[in-house]
Amino acid sequence: MNDEKRHILSIVVENKAGVLARIAGLFSSRGYNIDSLAVGETEDPKLSRLTLVTRGDETVIEQIRKQLNRLIDVMKVYEFAGEDYIERDLLLLKVNAPSGSRGEIMQIADVFRGKIVDVGAKYMVIELSGPESKINAMIDLMRSFGIKEMVRSGRIALTRGVKQI
Amino acid sequence: MSKKGAEVLRDVLIREGVEVIFGYPGGVVLPIFDVLYDAPIRVILTRHEQGAAHAADGYARATGRLGVCLATSGPGATNLVTGIATAAFDSVPLLALTGQVKTNLIGNDAFQEADITGITRPITKHNFLVKNVNDLARTIREAVYIATSGRPGPVLVDLPLDVSTAVCDGDIPDEIDLPGYKPRYIGHARQTKVAAEAINAAERPIIYAGGGVIISGASEELAQLAEKANIPVTLTLLGLGAFPGDNPKFLGMLGMHGTPTANYAVQESDLIIAVGARFDDRVTGRLDAFAPHARIIHIDIDPASISKNVKVDIPVVGDAKRILAEINKLTEYRDRKVWFDRIEAWRAKHPLTYKDTGLKPQYVIEEICRASGDNVLVATEVGQNQMWAAHYFVYRKPRTIISSGGLGTMGYGFPAAIGAAVGCPGCVVWDIAGDGSFQMNIQELATAVGQKVSVKVAILNNGYLGMVRQWQELFFNRRYSSSDLAWNNPDFVKVAEAYAARGIRVTLKSEVRPAIKEALETPGPVVLDFRIDREENVFPMVPAGEAIDRMIGGMA
Repeated sequence: MNDEKRHILSIVVENKAGVLARIAGLFSSRGYNIDSLAVGETEDPKLSRLTLVTRGDETVIEQIRKQLNRLIDVMKVYEFAGEDYIERDLLLLKVNAPSGSRGEIMQIADVFRGKIVDVGAKYMVIELSGPESKINAMIDLMRSFGIKEMVRSGRIALTRGVKQI
Repeated sequence: MSKKGAEVLRDVLIREGVEVIFGYPGGVVLPIFDVLYDAPIRVILTRHEQGAAHAADGYARATGRLGVCLATSGPGATNLVTGIATAAFDSVPLLALTGQVKTNLIGNDAFQEADITGITRPITKHNFLVKNVNDLARTIREAVYIATSGRPGPVLVDLPLDVSTAVCDGDIPDEIDLPGYKPRYIGHARQTKVAAEAINAAERPIIYAGGGVIISGASEELAQLAEKANIPVTLTLLGLGAFPGDNPKFLGMLGMHGTPTANYAVQESDLIIAVGARFDDRVTGRLDAFAPHARIIHIDIDPASISKNVKVDIPVVGDAKRILAEINKLTEYRDRKVWFDRIEAWRAKHPLTYKDTGLKPQYVIEEICRASGDNVLVATEVGQNQMWAAHYFVYRKPRTIISSGGLGTMGYGFPAAIGAAVGCPGCVVWDIAGDGSFQMNIQELATAVGQKVSVKVAILNNGYLGMVRQWQELFFNRRYSSSDLAWNNPDFVKVAEAYAARGIRVTLKSEVRPAIKEALETPGPVVLDFRIDREENVFPMVPAGEAIDRMIGGMA
């Protein structure tokens, strides 16, 4: 159990109805976890890319990759591991911001290179992107002000350099 | 020339070589049944959609060709589900065509609507919902290609009513476009060489072959491997017939109901050569105690089968026929006298036997086998009948046993036997049945009689759900909860006669031979009601979760 690691998979699929259901169904019917999921078009409109974070030991991850490859609509399965890659989450966070604490909140957001994207009389909305740890760190700091609402995207990732998946 | 969707479907099916469709009509498939009415395709009406799916499956297994079934939307489609799952588990090329409500009604809970592509997603190799008639021809061709290539499997195509009736725009391109699907047939050259070297170096090798050998048509290559390199062979249930059952190198089936010789040989082997088999739990028993001394070569067309249950040392992904042919070029004969002596000692000490008193199911099957010539196929139901049929009939050729292995579907054998008989005119098809499972699709007697197929149903009638009762006897303190059928079973002879088939009751051992002879001489379907010893067990067996050399019962 201890060698259950987090794995980021990039899955290139045909941009067709039902593909997401096939992949989600595969994970649920075989008992695999999905920690996070992001889907979007690629540079080729006929293809979509799913970035999926899952956990498991090497045997489980190998089975997941093989089972994904069995799906007719799946073109390519790539695992981000070892080599250089960029991973990002996106956060939108609505925090209590009465006039007295606005300055402090803006300072913290600035340290994390977050952006204030909406302001009201009693609240602010901060947009932040980055790796998971950075996002968690800012959320922790914002708790003392009172988080009204927040939403996080699934992970997305891409290799550095000229290499393409 | 413009055509309606149903006509496009018909023409593509004809072009793909489809000769038979097993089906059941209903509202939204009426346009399809209408164009099939005078098409050069034989449409066989079953009496339940499940029967249609199993018959198409039996047809495919007996012939190696695509089986096709057709049902209406909603309940028609959901009734196919068990048949589709059965075919998926055993890698059977099946095309399931279902009607669907009109595209503008999909999702509106319309009359007889079911999300059949959603329902069958985990039990098909792939499925399609056709929303535009101009996609229909290409989709059907893709479905046929996916179903029959690589590791075969069922593909479902859902056809809304308005797609069947719409007129398509003349000549539509129908080239297959599946960039994500490229089955790999040719084995990796270096892996093939490594495998051959391991075979040549092994002192106690064993070939463990499954249904993949039959699908690949690799029986000859398998026999060459066994003969040229001098290696004993064990087969899975679905592999039976892939290697001649009367060959001295054949050790019988392995696993939970394997022969002691096969199970001991696997456990003591130093090399397992797995071909077209998937290390199912009924084969391996307790995984951490499976073949503890063996390295494992695994030849399979499905990469996902490799190291799924058992860690494989030398995987070779590709088509069994091609890979075995390559390996055979590199193997050398080795004497292995110590190994074969050990095997023969097991065989002498632990033959498959039964007490020959009263009317025994094993005897019935031996007699059916004895009376059978070359053109005989055996379909089975699931349970004790299936295991006895596996052990006591000698399968000499591929595609001679038709049985639901992976899913273990009761009620499969009889409609599958009908499908097999349709696919093999001139053959006699036995359905080795139990009184429980035969009743699950007994309505197909009407189909069998109507089609005049030569299907002989041998009911091994013990008035129990026999395998359930056996487990209850062994593991549940003889508490026969819901397994005793005897008091409410119908008179199977009268049932047969009510359908205008021949029915024969056999209660004595001395009546077995004449009854089989009579059945074979009677044209068309015959139902034989063998009143066997009620508490006969399938032995030996490995209790669930035990290592496969921990067999109980029937051990000398």
